[in-house]
Amino acid sequence: MAVTPALITEFRNIVGKENVLTEEADRQTYAYDAAVLTPVVPALVLVPVTQEALGKTVKLAYDSGLPITVRGSGTNLSGASIPEPGDGVVILTNRLDKILEINEQDLYAVVEPGVVTARFAAAVAARGLFYPPDPGSQSVSTLGGNVALNAGGLRGLKYGVTKDYVMGMEIFDYRGELVKTGSRTVKCVTGYNMAALMSCSEGTLGVFSRLILKLVPPPKASRAMLAEYDDINKASETVAGIIAAHIVPCTLEFLDNNTIKYVEADTKAGLPVQAAAVLLIEVDGGHERMVEEDAAKVVEVCKKCGCTDVRMAKNAEEKLKIWEARRNALPALARARPTTVLEDATVPRSRIPEMVAAVNRIARKYRLEVGTFGHAGDGNLHPTFLCDRRDKEEFRRVEAAVDEIFDVALGLQGTLSGEHGIGMAKAKWMEKETNRATIEFSKNLRRALDPKMLFNAGKKFL
Amino acid sequence: MPDTATESGTRNVKRLASMLLELDDLLIACMRCGFCLSTCPVYGATMREGDVTRGKIALLENLAKHMISDAQSVNDKLNRCLLCGSCQAICPSGVKIMDIFLRARAIVTGYLGLSPLKKLLFRGVLARPKLFNSLLGLSSALQGLFIKKTGGMETYCAPLLQSFIGNRHFPPLAKKPFHSRAPSLNIPAEAGKPGVAFFPGCVSDNIFPAVAEASLKVLQKHGVGVFMPSGLSCCGIPALASGDRPDYDRMLRNNLKCLRGASFQYLLTPCGTCTATIREFWPMLADDYSPAEKEQIRELHEKCMDISAFVIDVLKVELPAASNGGPVVTYHDSCHLKKSLGVAAQPRSILKSLPGFSFAEMPEADRCCGSGGSFTLRHYDLSTDIGQRKRDNIVSVKANIVAAGCPACMMQMMDALSRNNDKIKVRHVMELYADTL
Ligand SMILES: Cc1cc2nc3c(=O)[nH]c(=O)nc-3n(C[C@H](O)[C@H](O)[C@H](O)COP(=O)(O)OP(=O)(O)OC[C@H]3O[C@@H](n4cnc5c(N)ncnc54)[C@H](O)[C@@H]3O)c2cc1C
Ligand code: SF4
Ligand code: SF4
Repeated sequence: MAVTPALITEFRNIVGKENVLTEEADRQTYAYDAAVLTPVVPALVLVPVTQEALGKTVKLAYDSGLPITVRGSGTNLSGASIPEPGDGVVILTNRLDKILEINEQDLYAVVEPGVVTARFAAAVAARGLFYPPDPGSQSVSTLGGNVALNAGGLRGLKYGVTKDYVMGMEIFDYRGELVKTGSRTVKCVTGYNMAALMSCSEGTLGVFSRLILKLVPPPKASRAMLAEYDDINKASETVAGIIAAHIVPCTLEFLDNNTIKYVEADTKAGLPVQAAAVLLIEVDGGHERMVEEDAAKVVEVCKKCGCTDVRMAKNAEEKLKIWEARRNALPALARARPTTVLEDATVPRSRIPEMVAAVNRIARKYRLEVGTFGHAGDGNLHPTFLCDRRDKEEFRRVEAAVDEIFDVALGLQGTLSGEHGIGMAKAKWMEKETNRATIEFSKNLRRALDPKMLFNAGKKFL
Repeated sequence: MPDTATESGTRNVKRLASMLLELDDLLIACMRCGFCLSTCPVYGATMREGDVTRGKIALLENLAKHMISDAQSVNDKLNRCLLCGSCQAICPSGVKIMDIFLRARAIVTGYLGLSPLKKLLFRGVLARPKLFNSLLGLSSALQGLFIKKTGGMETYCAPLLQSFIGNRHFPPLAKKPFHSRAPSLNIPAEAGKPGVAFFPGCVSDNIFPAVAEASLKVLQKHGVGVFMPSGLSCCGIPALASGDRPDYDRMLRNNLKCLRGASFQYLLTPCGTCTATIREFWPMLADDYSPAEKEQIRELHEKCMDISAFVIDVLKVELPAASNGGPVVTYHDSCHLKKSLGVAAQPRSILKSLPGFSFAEMPEADRCCGSGGSFTLRHYDLSTDIGQRKRDNIVSVKANIVAAGCPACMMQMMDALSRNNDKIKVRHVMELYADTL
């Protein structure tokens, strides 16, 4: 159905006049997200500021047959919040940003979906507790977006990802009815585990209106280390060795030689540009002594596996310095060329050397610049292609290279995406990773919850 | 408003688009990561994508590619920006955002024509310092007639001006501006001490002459030679922000003329905004200047420095150890000082050393206060919302005094505090330091 003046008036009555954006210039600023994809300008942008208005907005949009794309901060890298063509509307949840409860006794919090991740983490920390999921975008991303994409982060290996912290939620279904699932208790077996289903749903099953999130006590001590390698296989053996020693670092990050060179060129921080790879390792825990012992063991493993150098940070300042290389990885790559295509292929951690070798081979084949960094502990790599999207021919080569990388990742028993999501970018690949039956099953499920296929229809499964 | 794009037809839209295409290389660097959403004060107040850099860059791209025909609405969005530089400071992709905004404003405004009010302000007044000063002198004499005192502070609410500037609690113009007391200066340096040129800046000159005087006292107490020519104009940022390149160029050239030939090692200002303009914007927009002018701009870029940075980094003044107890001083990081110039530690060391005061760090000390020249005039409600967050942060540490290194921020914070009836003083770092000398 088309967006008529009468319909606009109805939306205005629900969310308030100023919260229905109809001007071309306003709508154009909701046509994109952080994925390098063609923008689609929405027909309307609706900004509910109360729970009640959110439900009514969903209902009216759905009843009117308008394709709906929910948007938090629009930082996802898969096109999951790019509006649908043909009168698609955006429902923006960033103004639903109240932290409703932080319960220190029962270790949970209740929030609205628009709360920014870092603001939440800080509020929780101020109460002496810890919310571990820390996507690189946490200073901007919303918790709703995190849940809808099951966002990961640097701490994934030890602390898990967003879905591991979702205890329950309230969702508006396609009729604008409020659905509740999960609870404030650690144990809960009533009903289906719908919160799990909703984690990673990419706005295709319903609209979150409230989230119950698990909190944990913070670690009391931590140690950070940096190890250099002349051979990426040795770095990989180190990762295996650390896990085999029954140590689970909270972060175990990896930069390849290309990335190190880009960071060094950009920051002149004195990084080892000859190194084939560096590992950045942090261990944490509840006791200073235990953490120290773990750190010593990690250093031992690094040496045994043939690292050329390993350093442990002596104080907070040195720790910050060690992490600077990782923090600068994306900025350094992003500054090198106009367009940055940040990929997300993930393989079992033992296959990282094969994956990195394949990425570099593919980049050479397509004459492209690439740097690979990522989460060595969980095999989640970010091969990052550098290009200029205005150069159509070059960009076609990037697309071909990315396709080939997916093939390799699947061949290594990996997955298309570890944390960035499927969205529009990778929907066509879903069948290759799974099979036809999986797609059909998912679509049946989806049709039951979204009979008119209006929730982010072009995303996730085609 | 003069003709808009729609009325002037497609030919003009095309011309605008081709000028904008020149910006393309700068615009393409934005990777749409959205990190600017986390620091932009305007976005923080409205939560609208069109108010933040990522949205503005998308619109400029669309304008350049003829994907949007309504240049006026893009211009309106561009103007909802304080040019505070917060976004540029955190942009992982290194997008030259200030460069983009200033060029785009110049292009779009040149195209749409200045509003009559701006024309009056910039063409006629700011560019001719003599006229500017006498006009302000006149209004300073007149304002007592129609401005009534409110609140506990030395700020006034102007019912007559209200329709134009909202319900603003602004400080009155000084009875005697700094330049009428000190039209020009040429104080020799003590042996072994550096000689500097002093650039007071419009706001210190006309609204806070005490800031300029405190700065001079500090310099003299430390034996620094001070040169200040007469006839300096505004640093040009208000004109630049309005996209008025012709008047900006006139002011810059006048300043170059006043400073030409004089010998000094540093150019000091007590205003973060002036320092950032001289150091960053002057060289950035010097494409059309003569080689000699470019060279002078480059020299001034190297010599220009914030005064508190000068006290700490150049004079290496030995400060007494931090004292405890006494009234609480907190510090607001002016965006231009911290984000453009990296000046953050120096003013804090000065404040921490003040005898008889205790220093408290406020939350979000480096979040923009919402002051932005004509932004404040045009988007007063928005500016007030942004100021309120700053005010809440100041109050949260139970401050008695809030210090800053930029008179424009001082005005904004006075306004925010006064409208909440807070009895918190706003002072320049140099004023507090000068009191101890
Ligand atoms: C520089 C950079 C670094 C990043 N680092 C990481 C990282 O380390 N780990 C990681 O996992 N991701 C990362 N991301 C990706 C992205 O930030 C995350 O996916 C984040 O979770 C998106 O949150 P958002 O609020 O921006 O959501 P959006 O992008 O607005 O939306 C994402 C999805 O969530 C849906 N959605 C949003 N709100 C709701 C709601 N209330 N109800 C239902 N559905 C909703 C949308 O429809 C969409 O499908 C990064 C992105 C960038 C640009
Ligand atoms: S932070 Fe920089 S790259 Fe990211 S969206 Fe903003 S301007 Fe673009
Ligand atoms: S300069 Fe300041 S106000 Fe303008 S877009 Fe950047 S952060 Fe926002």
